[in-house]
Amino acid sequence: MKKTAFYGALTVAGFAASMASAATLDDVKERGVLNCGVSTGLVGFASPNANGVWEGFDVGVCRAVAAAVLGDAEAVEFVPLTTKTRFTALSAGEVDMLSRNTTWTFSRDVDLKLEFTGINYYDGQGFMVPRDLGVSSAKELDGATVCIQTGTTTELNLADYFRSNNISYEPVPIETNAEAQQQYLAGACDVYTTDASALAATRASFEAPGDHIVLPEIVSKEPLGPLVRHGDSDWGDVVRWTLNALIAAEELGVTSANIEELAAAPTGNPEVNRLLGTEGELGAMLGLDANWAVMAISAGGNYAELFEKNIGENTPIGLARGLNAQWTDGGLLYSPPFR
Amino acid sequence: MSSITDPPQGSFRLSMLINDTRYRSLTFQAIAALILALSIWYLGNNLIQNLRQAGLNISYNFLGNPAGYDINQTLVEYTSRSTHAQAALVGILNTLLIAFLACVMATIFGVAAGVLRLSNNWLVSKLMGVYVEIFRNIPVLIWIIIIFTIMTAVMPAPRAFRGDEPEATMLLNAFAFTNRGIYVPAPIWGPGSLVVVLTFLASIVGIFAYRRYATKTLYATGRLLPTFWPSIGLFFVPTILMHFIMGQPISLDHPVLGGFNFSGGLQLGAPLIALWFALSIYTGAFIAENVRAGIQAVSKGQSEAAGALGLRSGRIMSLVVLPQALRVIIPPLISQYLNITKNSSLAIAVGYADVTATLGGITLNQTGRAIECVLLLMLFYLTISLTISGVMNVYNNSVKLKER
Repeated sequence: MKKTAFYGALTVAGFAASMASAATLDDVKERGVLNCGVSTGLVGFASPNANGVWEGFDVGVCRAVAAAVLGDAEAVEFVPLTTKTRFTALSAGEVDMLSRNTTWTFSRDVDLKLEFTGINYYDGQGFMVPRDLGVSSAKELDGATVCIQTGTTTELNLADYFRSNNISYEPVPIETNAEAQQQYLAGACDVYTTDASALAATRASFEAPGDHIVLPEIVSKEPLGPLVRHGDSDWGDVVRWTLNALIAAEELGVTSANIEELAAAPTGNPEVNRLLGTEGELGAMLGLDANWAVMAISAGGNYAELFEKNIGENTPIGLARGLNAQWTDGGLLYSPPFR
Repeated sequence: MSSITDPPQGSFRLSMLINDTRYRSLTFQAIAALILALSIWYLGNNLIQNLRQAGLNISYNFLGNPAGYDINQTLVEYTSRSTHAQAALVGILNTLLIAFLACVMATIFGVAAGVLRLSNNWLVSKLMGVYVEIFRNIPVLIWIIIIFTIMTAVMPAPRAFRGDEPEATMLLNAFAFTNRGIYVPAPIWGPGSLVVVLTFLASIVGIFAYRRYATKTLYATGRLLPTFWPSIGLFFVPTILMHFIMGQPISLDHPVLGGFNFSGGLQLGAPLIALWFALSIYTGAFIAENVRAGIQAVSKGQSEAAGALGLRSGRIMSLVVLPQALRVIIPPLISQYLNITKNSSLAIAVGYADVTATLGGITLNQTGRAIECVLLLMLFYLTISLTISGVMNVYNNSVKLKER
């Protein structure tokens, strides 16, 4: 019996390792559905709505990739993953890509053999506290109990920040955002720390968001982006350039409203023509249809539309563009040219 | 003469490996072993090759690197600059602590419930029946989460203790029950406290010596010496006397509300309490059944015979029934202790930093060394389980039926 289990484990490990090197693009096309790893539930970024349909900013990236590859934004199987399981699931081939507010770091890129295909949200770690605690700076948090999602870069930043400021704290490691929210609201921890965008999203889902404040300190750089397995550059290119297409579309003024008109015939702007496939062979180079970017942008709109619809200032989450504005507007979004 | 009954000493032929019943089973076992070894070699080789192809290698160098994360309950020196190996050690000690506490508590719950379930009092025996059936038929993970959730939701936050008219107050000004854990006074060892501790240890030795002497007197002269009150007296009186003679060297550090949390005193974290209580009460239900089975396995004639000799019911239980029942109780008790140790790995559900949470959780995550960490974890749990089972088997041998 024990031997059988051992065999099974070895076989699974063997299969998993051999699957990783297969051509993901062909697999997805053959399957007709994209397996996309998302968060277990973070309003605005990835959460199922009242009808059980996944929506959010990260979900939008999954749908854009599915639309570019399969021509159908609905052909996505969403796999909710915790911070602990996400990389294993991706490495083992359980999902084709991860779009799950994941920070791009050296060791994840190099040592874990993952490939980050760009940045869809420039974030930083913040702290949320109840307003009646009377705290106005993270430096006043000496001795506080801090809820934190385990297996994240936040966990390491937190230790570094408190250590360098010579203040003590007590960590409460937690698996999911929902559990953290429950612990924080019950007062089992004084502070909840995670990426500032996720704090805003979590706060928006509280009954009384006004009773909680996000402290001004941002203690780390958290470039969040979609990622794929190392060693399949063709698939990495598809995800990378789909994201770039969404960003470039905003820069070039292509929206889901005017895209049909712009894609119908070559326009006066050659870059728009190359992006939308009315000129050149960019789609074929990726192994996709000529109208791949048209499909991707039609799926949920360009970057700005996705942002405004899910997490922008008119939503309950209310995030400003800030660093996530186009480079032309003083932000960091900068898509390489389509040529 | 004997040569007639000897089997024919024919030369060995290869076909005898299949045709001769003396060798046939050996042949097939050898073939099976060979196939098994080959398949393991093939799968292992496949694994190594695939890992190499994916650019991954097996290496334990990460254990020497700084862990970079903090742990909320550490029995040994640990900071975020300590190594992953040190973090694993912290986790191992936390696992051993919870396993030990839960084994003791589960045994107490189990023995009490098992004995009470056989009580002649209808209400008591039915209540114990309900306890056993409810607790052992709901998964332990659910119990852990239920108890933890109740603790965090029902108990007051430290913040509630603040202000002139606080919503919650400390018990006797020394114990604080909060949703982050229970704070109790901690002893402060002043100069001279060593003498007090030594006196205490000596009085414990004294209790055992006195009890042995009482048994000896009973066997030699038939005179029954009182043991209960002298034991209690020996336990408390010398230590307290010595404490005052040495000028009260041991004082208590009371927890006080300061900043965000209580400081000072000893903190029993909410995760520890929830996990401890859940594991004990869940496993206690199984142990109760073992105890009941053990007691019922002792034939009624034994206690009737003891009664006929004039023994009182308490002595019948401790001198006649329990020693025989232990033979039945201990083997399944070993597996319950193993279950507790293994179930303690569910600690991650409530954020208790056991070895599965540190080495198998955060370290695994931050370094991505899944295979290495899991292998280490398997090795640790195997070692600890085999040790427990070995120790309990020694005890089992000491109480089992001595055949002469």
